[in-house]
Amino acid sequence: MTSTTSPLTAEELSATTLLRFATAGSVDDGKSTLVGRLLHDSKSVLSDQLEAVERASLGRGQETPDLALLTDGLRAEREQGITIDVAYRYFATARRRFILADTPGHVQYTRNMVTGASTAELAVVLVDARNGVVEQTRRHAAVAALLRVPHVVLAVNKMDLVDYAEPVFAAIAEEFTSYAASLGVPEITAIPISALAGDNVVEPSANMDWYGGPTVLEHLETVPVSHDLTGCPARFPVQYVIRPQTAEHPDYRGYAGQIASGLLRVGDPVTVLPSGRTTTISGIDALGRSVHTAWAPQSVTVLLADDLDVSRGDLIAPTGSAPAVTQDVRATVCHLHERPLRIGERVLLKHATRTVKAIVKALPYRIDLSHGLAHDNDPAALEVNDIGAVQLRTAEPLPIDAYADSRLTGAFLLIDPADGTTLTAGMAGEAFAEPPSAAGGAAGDEGWDF
Amino acid sequence: MTTTVTHAEQKDSPYALTHLDALESEAVHIFREVAGEFERPVVLFSGGKDSIVMLHLALKAFAPAAVPFSLLHVDTGHNFPEVLDLRDRTVAEHGLRLHVAKVQDYIDDGRLRERPDGLRNPLQTVPLTEAISAHRFDAVFGGGRRDEEKARAKERVFSLRDEFSQWDPRRQRPELWQLYNGRHAPGEHVRVFPLSNWTELDVWQYIAREGIELPEIYFAHEREVFSRDGMWLTAGEWGGPKDGEPVETRTVRYRTVGDMSCTGAVDSEATTLESVITEIAASRLTERGATRADDKMSEAAMEDRKREGYF
Ligand SMILES: Nc1nc2c(ncn2[C@@H]2O[C@H](COP(=O)(O)OP(=O)(O)O)[C@@H](O)[C@H]2O)c(=O)[nH]1
Ligand SMILES: [Mg+2]
Repeated sequence: MTSTTSPLTAEELSATTLLRFATAGSVDDGKSTLVGRLLHDSKSVLSDQLEAVERASLGRGQETPDLALLTDGLRAEREQGITIDVAYRYFATARRRFILADTPGHVQYTRNMVTGASTAELAVVLVDARNGVVEQTRRHAAVAALLRVPHVVLAVNKMDLVDYAEPVFAAIAEEFTSYAASLGVPEITAIPISALAGDNVVEPSANMDWYGGPTVLEHLETVPVSHDLTGCPARFPVQYVIRPQTAEHPDYRGYAGQIASGLLRVGDPVTVLPSGRTTTISGIDALGRSVHTAWAPQSVTVLLADDLDVSRGDLIAPTGSAPAVTQDVRATVCHLHERPLRIGERVLLKHATRTVKAIVKALPYRIDLSHGLAHDNDPAALEVNDIGAVQLRTAEPLPIDAYADSRLTGAFLLIDPADGTTLTAGMAGEAFAEPPSAAGGAAGDEGWDF
Repeated sequence: MTTTVTHAEQKDSPYALTHLDALESEAVHIFREVAGEFERPVVLFSGGKDSIVMLHLALKAFAPAAVPFSLLHVDTGHNFPEVLDLRDRTVAEHGLRLHVAKVQDYIDDGRLRERPDGLRNPLQTVPLTEAISAHRFDAVFGGGRRDEEKARAKERVFSLRDEFSQWDPRRQRPELWQLYNGRHAPGEHVRVFPLSNWTELDVWQYIAREGIELPEIYFAHEREVFSRDGMWLTAGEWGGPKDGEPVETRTVRYRTVGDMSCTGAVDSEATTLESVITEIAASRLTERGATRADDKMSEAAMEDRKREGYF
């Protein structure tokens, strides 16, 4: 009966949407087993892959195929039996195509979860039903909140080991949900599962008739992948100027880019930043079609009514709701590299399509994600995997949004100018959203719009 | 505090893109980032389906202007004539510039030696690396997809290579949001994979949607083949069949196109795009598992070749 048991027709396959999601959980909570089951039960593991896994498992003396080997692709990972790096996996059902960022669970790989979460529209956090919410669970909930992942799923795993008891599930769901809500996560779906036995992963569980909600796969198939974009202001970072200068197109001058948020319409009054010059949109080419409206995340070419000096690195935004332009950036960052980040350090800051010089002015605090977000003030440096606040001064003004308002135009990287190493991932503005229950309900009930 | 369980009513807004539109937009964004940040990009172009899709995306990304890159083919010398024909017609039609680096030249003047097993794909690494440094290419587009192979599943969209084209999987830059970091030292270059997030099925669906021409060998046809290592290889002057490998005529098609010495055909009746898509959706084998001898050599065959500078 499920959509996943028979091959899909060509027609079914072409009408699907795409969901990017990430998994998280501590070591041995069953992440690899869950991923293996999702891939296996959706018929996405093909027989030569399964044979390779069986061969490799036998080779190291395991009797049953270790589905973790499906995702642990590097020699060092297979040798050490751990996941080092983010692996991307692909599978499809009749309703959706999925891109799964499978991130490792060890504390020292927080940076990998940050990486996986940066593009995810949904995060699945696994918990072992016997252990409940542990330090790593809080850390992962905090990373999902920090990266503003729109949907969070709590999968309470190994329900078979607690007799499929509802009170065990309810207590964990309650504790996690109130913690995540305190971080401002707008939507949490808790699902009791057994990844090993398959309960509530693809098929509804016969062992937990007290649970009336969706299985993991049903939820992944139906969660909305886009919001009503009319509510968020448009952001269009210019990537490249298209000027054919041919006999056929002597005067064509188009600004190529991917819409980072919101909607663009022909006739919209727009401001080009950082210069602040204004004009209107006179045309939109959507990869060969001339259109009246285009929206995130489409790649388009925008034509402007006036002949302005616009080039790569500029941002086109609606006049009236353009971001402020600033040289002082306050942000929450995750430090990604073994080389620590210190006050006074000179870096490159890459924001949207622009890279500028910057200097680290202050490191106000470090956040301990596992202990109720305790602040450790004025740290000497941010070490690898640290999350903390940074104050930067840039050499040129930047049109930067608060990350809470726009994920793509509020995010940036810090890069080592000497060797090009990616040092730090930054999110402009405050670290965590207001909890939905707070006065005024800043985040509102509709969730975050991106 | 209760959990939200509203899945049944959840609907995508009218602004949701189809998965093909989302993948196309992502790939176009990657092409434009490279055009904006690099001096001398090149597209690896063999005439195979992934490289044809790459070129199609590049043409769309810069239209109505020309593609601001040249093309590079590393020719193993054992090519399918239908593929070379389409390669050359495509280059001529769009007024592109094609560089060809030939494995045969390297064998003829002794810089490379033929392998005992006759496989030529592994020999491409040296001509590729030398062409990159001779032309001082700083960004090299490849059609690699993460779904092809488990080492590729870990590779970044922008993958930094040293002067020897080597890939170090443990020292990859984290890649966040859509912020690709292409900084590199002189002599180094970046391999760029715009199709990273595409699957084989996506590529075929996109070919069908866009009406892209492919070499005929991707569709079912009659061919003289012989069996080696469980694959149907084309009989021909490149080295097959050997004694005891009987030749027979079968109806086959190719799922991947590489060097004739190690690319196998699969039994197939699929003569149209529609039937190819149905066949792939039902296939129980991955594209490389079904058709590539070079990946069967060891568990980490691809990782090892990539470290040395392979595509
Ligand atoms: N009983 C039971 N064991 C499970 C379940 N899920 C995973 N396990 C076991 O827990 C161990 C760790 O699982 P694994 O998937 O490797 O965890 P990971 O470290 O999070 O990837 C393995 O021995 C699994 O067989 C479950 O639902 N029930
Ligand atoms: Mg694991």
